[in-house]
This record gives sequence, C-alpha cells and structure tokens, in this order.
Amino acid sequence: MRLLLIEDDEETATFLVKALKESGHAAEWAGDGAAGLESARSGGFDVLVVDRMLPAIDGLSVIRTLRQEGIETPVLVLSALGEVDDRVKGLKAGGDDYLTKPFAFVELLARVEALSRRSLPHEQVTRLVVGDLVLDRLSHRVTRGGEPIILQPREFRLLEYLMKHAGQVVTRTMLLENVWDYHFDPQTNVIDVHVSRLRAKIDKQFDRPLLHTVRGAGYVIRDASE
Amino acid sequence: MFGVALLSASAVSALAGVLFAVLVWQANQILIDDVLAGIEREAGGLVALSVREGDAAVARRLEDQQRANSAGLYHLSENGAYRAGSLRTVPGELLAAGGRGLFSFTSEAEPAPRLAAGRIETLAGGGILVVARDIENQRRLGSRLRWLAVAGFALIGLAAAGSGLVVARRVLRRVEEMAATSRAIMAGDLARRLPAAGSDDELDRLAHSLNLMLDRIDELMTGMREVSDNIAHDLKTPLNRLRNRAETALREATSPQDLRLALGETIEAADAIIKTFNALLLIARLESGAVEDTKDVIDAGALVASVVELYAPVAEDEGQSLVLSAERSATVRANPHLLAQAVANLIDNALKYARARLPVETHAAAVTASGTPARSQPIVVEVGRAGGRVCIAVADRGPGIPASERQHALTRFGRLERSRSTPGTGLGLNLVAAVARLHEGRLRLEDNAPGLRAVLELPAVDPVAPVGAE
Repeated sequence: MRLLLIEDDEETATFLVKALKESGHAAEWAGDGAAGLESARSGGFDVLVVDRMLPAIDGLSVIRTLRQEGIETPVLVLSALGEVDDRVKGLKAGGDDYLTKPFAFVELLARVEALSRRSLPHEQVTRLVVGDLVLDRLSHRVTRGGEPIILQPREFRLLEYLMKHAGQVVTRTMLLENVWDYHFDPQTNVIDVHVSRLRAKIDKQFDRPLLHTVRGAGYVIRDASE
Repeated sequence: MFGVALLSASAVSALAGVLFAVLVWQANQILIDDVLAGIEREAGGLVALSVREGDAAVARRLEDQQRANSAGLYHLSENGAYRAGSLRTVPGELLAAGGRGLFSFTSEAEPAPRLAAGRIETLAGGGILVVARDIENQRRLGSRLRWLAVAGFALIGLAAAGSGLVVARRVLRRVEEMAATSRAIMAGDLARRLPAAGSDDELDRLAHSLNLMLDRIDELMTGMREVSDNIAHDLKTPLNRLRNRAETALREATSPQDLRLALGETIEAADAIIKTFNALLLIARLESGAVEDTKDVIDAGALVASVVELYAPVAEDEGQSLVLSAERSATVRANPHLLAQAVANLIDNALKYARARLPVETHAAAVTASGTPARSQPIVVEVGRAGGRVCIAVADRGPGIPASERQHALTRFGRLERSRSTPGTGLGLNLVAAVARLHEGRLRLEDNAPGLRAVLELPAVDPVAPVGAE
C-alpha cells in the first residue's frame, strides 16, 4: 500500500514513515499543506494521512480542495483537537476517519489498512466468506460449515464489520465506533466481552478458530489455511 | 450627562416658546381681522348709501350708529368742515398710514389714549368719512396673552432644566457607583458585585446583566484554577511514576526481556496518562460550553437502552445484572455522543462499586465458571419523565458515597479523595456532571440505602418530527 503522510512535525513524520515501512507499506512525507496537496494531486496513493493543523494551508482545506477536484483517495485525519465537534468538522470536510493525537501506532495502522480496503467495491458484496464461515448480508443469516449460527443483531453487525475487514487487524476503538457508533473510551473492556461472546458462537464448536486476538492491538478474523 | 439634560430642557422650552408665539399671534390676528372686516363692511355700506341717497343720508345714519354702537367711532367732514361723528377730526395717524390702519385717540370720558382701527373713505358727494372701532380691549387682551406666554415659557424652561438636572444627577450617581465598583473588582476584589437600586429600571437591569457576566467569568476562572490544580495532581503523579519506572528499568534490567517488559509497562502508563488528560480536557471544554451546535432532539430511552446493551454482557460475566426500565417519550435535546458517554460513565461507576462489594471468591467464581454465578442485586437503570425533566437514574447496591462527600464529588473538578488512588481516571462523575451542566441539567447523587443512586436530570423537550435529521 502507498501512503502519503501530510504532517508538519518532523519527528512524528519520521517515526510514522519508518513504522509504516516496517509494516510493509510505502510511505511518503509532505511537510506542509501546499506540498501535500501537490503530491496528493499527482495520485497513486491508496490512503492519505493528513494532520489537521498545518502551516500555510490547513489540513481540512487540503482535504476540501482534493474532494472538490474529484480526488477521492481515502483520508485519515490526525488531530490534537478534542473529539466532541471536531470529529464532525473533520468528516464533513471530506475525511473518511478521524484519529486524535496522541495515538498508538497500531491504531493508526489498523485504520489506514481498513481505509485502503474501502477503495474496493465492498459495499456491494452481499456474501462475506472467511474459510467455512459465511455471512449473508441480505438475509442476515450466518452459517459455518453449513450449520446455521444464531446471532443477536449487534453480534451480527460486529461479525459483519470483522468479516468486511477480514485479514486486517481492527482495534477495540474501531469496533466501538463502527459497530456501536460510540466515540468514547469505556473504562471497562466492554468490547472484549462482546467479542468473546461472538467467538463462543462462531468458533467454540469448531477445530479451527477464525477469530483471533492480536495482543496489544485488537482482533482479526482470518482463515489460517488461506 | 448634565449637558444632555440641559440640551433636552432647552429643546423643550424652545418648542414651548414657538407654540406660545404662534398661539398669541393667531389670537391677535383673529380678534383684529374680525374688527377690520366689520369696519370694511360698514364703510362699504356707507359709501353705497352716499351714492344712492347723498352724503346727507350718511350723516343721518352716523348719528344713529353712534348711539347704537358704543365701540364705533365715526367722522364725516365736508370741505374740511366737521359734519357728524364722535371724532372731531380725521386722525393724523390714520392719514399717515395711507387711509387704513391703527391710531390712538382720546375720548372725553377718559384721558388715557385708546387704540382704534379704522379706514378713510371718500363719499359720492366729496365728503370724507372715517369708520373706526375702539380696540383698546382687544389690545389689552393681546398684551395679557403675550405676558402669559412669556411667563409660561419661562416656567416650562425652568421645570425642564430642573427635572433634567435631577434625573441626570441620580443617573450619574449610580453610574459613578458602578464605575467605582468595577474599579474595585479590577483591583482584585473579584467577589464584589454591582449595586442595584431595586427599582428594576434599565440601570438595574444593566447591573444585573453585568453581575451575571462577572459570575460567569468568576466561574470560568475558578474552573481554570481547578483545572490546573487537577492537571498538576492527576498528571504529575503518574508522570513521575512513569519516569521512576523507566529509570528503574534502565538501572536494574539485565536482559532484553526485562527491558521489553519495562517498555511495555511504560507505554501502558503513558496511555493511562493520555486517558486522564483527555478526560480533563473534555471536561474543561464542556465547562466552557463550546459544543452547542452539536445537539439534537433524541430519545433518551433508546439511547440508554443502547448503552445498557453494551454493558449488559460485562455485568453478566461479573455475576451482576443490569435491569433497564425505560419510559416512552423521554425526549431530550442533547449531544448523543456526550450523553451516551455520560450514561456509560454512570454504569461503569455502578459496576465498579458493585464489584468492590462482591466477595472475592464470588467474583473469581463468576469470572471462571460461567455456569451459575452467585448473583448480587441488580444495578437498576431507569429512564423516566417527571414534570419538565427527563431523569436517567443508575442505582447500585455498592458501598455508596458518604453524604458528606456527595456534594464535593459533584463540584467542578471536585473528586472523592478515595477515587484518586483507584484505577481509572476517577473523573467519571465529574464528566457526567459537566455533560449535565452543558445540557442545562444536573447530576444528583442519592442514597440508595444501601448503595448509590446517581440521577442525571435533563430538561425534557417535546419530540419533533425529524426534519432533515437522520
């Protein structure tokens, strides 16, 4: 995956470029809005990571300009600003996801990977398949090895999100935001409990587990034999 | 201020003066005009008579008129010789005025000259006729009116100036008081407030608004002070701990594994600090009331139900239970994310307290054996509408908060001393209180005997048909 990082803090940028390369992604860095806009226009990037507060042209203006020019590359907005209404502003400007500084690198990595998948025509897919686990988005039915699995509505949405991002790590915060639409940090590990309930339903009776915990990051659904 | 009073007083008197002048002039005009018209009519009649019947007839008519009208003055002469009328001669003044106008005369009865108006006509037979009227009485009335007008004008002017000065002095005195008070406030006496006269006039209202503004500024300043105090306490301690841990690792770690472990712990500690920092910032932000435009009309029951659904499995796994009783039509105008977070914090809190109450072995059993864990009393979450308020109550059976500490727990950034050392940011209830205040509501802590019952009160709104909303 090719990433463009528009960020004015050199230390953060150097750290991110290095860490992204170690994760197998090619990352380029632009130090201000104008340079970032130019690079983004030249195209060829799968995801843009844009800091909100940039010298010369601010991050949101960069995104707005790109969107007006019809450039639809997914954008992850980075911001030191709180989340109450800034998130809404960031997404309104054309950002696809919003991450507040300071953040853990795994969180950023999981989010850019999830965003890059967006460019694939995933929304039209009606059947999600991981190994012998099948989720039908139209009839809301889930089977594994042909056996039907009964899920609560929320469990269905949780599994749907995980399977949409099959093979990618999704963090707890991403699950809370996308499955529950909550943007806060619960003190209790509520997500873990929900995931373990889902796991009991889809993995317990079977030899090969599909839903895995990634230490220090989150969860991934993946068929190990693939 | 005095200038304004004087200006308005002189404007009022000028206006009154013009009004009086016009009045007097008009009255004079009406009185004189009437007389002049009468004279003209009579003179015309007499000239016509002389044409018809000769000058002698006019002389006879004058004798009659003289008897009938005491105010009438007449004179008729032929070739310079007096023939009839009370005037022995043609008045010189009248001649000088071109034959019509005013003149003064003296009668036998009274030595003082009197004013008269008249005209000179030439009769058909060559006789000179003077028809005039005594208008001394009109003149006196006119001059009395003029005098009255001047006196009234002076009186009104004085009254306007006087009352203006009195009002100005009163206003000035109060403005001066306000200025003195604000100087005192600027000098550091921040608790001082502007005095109000209690008359509910414009100045009182101004003082009231300014006092409200001062209260708000005071609140914000106190808030700022408390924020910095809390940042100092909440962040310095863990930062110091983090630093100590890193130093210890640097000094004592002998293997790469030790270092990895220490680094992992350091990152965890940093994450905890970030969490606390975020919570403090969010509370400060809410307190400043800067998130107004993100409120929507939402169904509090549905929102709470959704949060309860999020937490129910956690409670169940811990051998506790969450019971929800939500009333319909509990709509509020709120930021859904903040309200959800507030409710989540209340439930988090209840779970934490209830957890503290569970005996250790029960707790352990509940976590390990998912069979039939010993159930504690349920945590009850209620959503109801009482009057104009929507109440979201979370009641647990934990140890509760002692009555003496309850109030303190809710003051801006006030904290339970005990909670500072327990895990979590310990800012949960403060955040809920801040969310409540942002929505013109409040958070009440009550005794659930035993346990704590936290009630989040928000103003209820009528549900609206969602126009353009999702």
